[in-house]
Amino acid sequence: MRITAEELSWSVAGTPVVRDVSADIAPGETVGLLGPNGSGKSSLLRCLAGLRTPDTGTVRYDGEPVRDWSARRIARRVAFVEQDSGADSDLRVADVVGLGRTPFRDRWRGPDATDRAVVAAALERVGLTALADRSWKALSGGERQRAHIARALAQQPYGLLLDEPTNHLDVKHQLELMRLLTGTGQTVLVALHDLSLAARYCDRLLLLHHGRLIASGTPAAVLTAERLAEVFEVDAELTTDALGHPVVTYRGPLDAP
Amino acid sequence: MPAEPVARAGAVDLLLPAARGRVVTEGPATTPRSGRSAATRAVLFLLAALALAGSVTAAVRIGTADVGWTDLARVLGTRLGLDVEPLPPLVDSLIWDLRLPRVLMAALVGASLAVCGTVLQAVTRNALADPYLLGVSSGASTGAVAVIVLGVGASALGVTGGALAGALLSFGLLLALLRRTGLDSARIVLTGVVVGQLFTALTSLVLMASADADTTRAVTHWLLGSMAPARWNTVVVCAIVTPLGLLAAWLRSNALDGLAFGTDTAASLGIGVRRTRMLLLVVTATLTAVAVATVGAIGFVGLIVPHGVRFLVGPPHRVLLPYAALAGAVFLVWTDALARIAFAPREVPVGVLTALLGVPLFLLVLRKRGEL
Repeated sequence: MRITAEELSWSVAGTPVVRDVSADIAPGETVGLLGPNGSGKSSLLRCLAGLRTPDTGTVRYDGEPVRDWSARRIARRVAFVEQDSGADSDLRVADVVGLGRTPFRDRWRGPDATDRAVVAAALERVGLTALADRSWKALSGGERQRAHIARALAQQPYGLLLDEPTNHLDVKHQLELMRLLTGTGQTVLVALHDLSLAARYCDRLLLLHHGRLIASGTPAAVLTAERLAEVFEVDAELTTDALGHPVVTYRGPLDAP
Repeated sequence: MPAEPVARAGAVDLLLPAARGRVVTEGPATTPRSGRSAATRAVLFLLAALALAGSVTAAVRIGTADVGWTDLARVLGTRLGLDVEPLPPLVDSLIWDLRLPRVLMAALVGASLAVCGTVLQAVTRNALADPYLLGVSSGASTGAVAVIVLGVGASALGVTGGALAGALLSFGLLLALLRRTGLDSARIVLTGVVVGQLFTALTSLVLMASADADTTRAVTHWLLGSMAPARWNTVVVCAIVTPLGLLAAWLRSNALDGLAFGTDTAASLGIGVRRTRMLLLVVTATLTAVAVATVGAIGFVGLIVPHGVRFLVGPPHRVLLPYAALAGAVFLVWTDALARIAFAPREVPVGVLTALLGVPLFLLVLRKRGEL
């Protein structure tokens, strides 16, 4: 599916957080959303996931404005994974992943064989099959993160919106997750902190600064030493790895003049 | 040739939208399921329901006046128009007009309180939530005390009516204060506490300003919660409201599970978070108001039963809510039976006993769960 942002602005308590952002994510594309802390990545993701109503501007899925869509209708199109959805739940892991079936279930019936098969497939995809019966409380941060991704996959989504999903993951699981996200043909928008990881796996990058979209394009086009100095305030060098992807090497923080 | 399992690994990617609408039959692909089979679950629930029916029947016999099985059969037979010899009017009235409605009321109120507690613990994401968190019981107390002390109609129905009015008033104030907020957990808890405190203060004010010792005693009895005022008219109201409320909550089981993961994740699952929270607040406030208006604020049932049942059957609300209803009903039926005979001929307010019995049970559950 195509996800389009048209001149989106969103503010909280009078402070603008997302300013006049327009972007277009083509079907099947994996797009990385970059920017320093507080640049509006999470807020933009939430607007695009239909969780916040922008003050002005329009979010479109395949050209249709979603402003008046019900939560359920949106949930049948896109899945969303928060950065840190801390919960003190004692649900079993399989039940948490099963929550991803919510948009397809009617209230009167419980999970059926199809739901269980989808949950089993999702658990297997993120490598948590062995923990299916474990209590949520007993999971590590990384395991919870993977369970949330399985939960999102169980929604059989056309589009996936993820807020720093690699946060708690070790290197192997980071790489596995990025490969998983890029390998499905689903439309993916993923907020990331690791610029090299983003450059390695994303088709295109969006760079946010103070709520504005200041660059968008291929990793090589977006990631330049000047931009990293301006946006992230770091002294960085851009090289190309053996596979042809840009690699960011940091010399250090950019000291204030 | 046997049908091939559709979800065979690798054959079809079940996690892509293209697989939607594909129906999978039971098989190796559907391994993760909670411990027991559907048949076992049905039998267990049936047994629990039978335990409630048995408790109600047995509890009708318990009280200061002994009631035998044959007495019970004769009372019921008379009502059904069967050819049985009626009991003396006084005994018949004791069983039919007092004992039977009282036991049924205990079952309905116990189920209501346990389900309200379960729902509010999920909605507020607070393990200490109970049905009185919303301040509804404090409002009911103010209404009841105003009727008792200021004498705005001294009949039992007057007290019930006053309590119901007070409960609805306090809930109206709560909703007015929560209007235009996202109904997030912390705000519900804080606002509920504030409203509760306000009405508790009003109750004390009325009591201190104008009550004599006897009235204060009557009010205390009511405040602690007692099944004694239960009559058929109030039972009928509860018998209509309670099942509807339980069904409304049960149909939101999935949303109740999802709310544990916060507003944004719940909303991203297609749950209309604010509307669901509002509906559940209205349902729990109504159930609580109807219960409290008749029998006072019986404590602890709505706090401990959810925890105990969650420990026994697990946290998914689809299973938890029906069992909480049954367990709450059984618990209150027996506690009230005990309240009738423990210090006979004097009757203890059942609210005192629920706490006395509830505290050790609660500690036991906490210890088993390794939280104490």
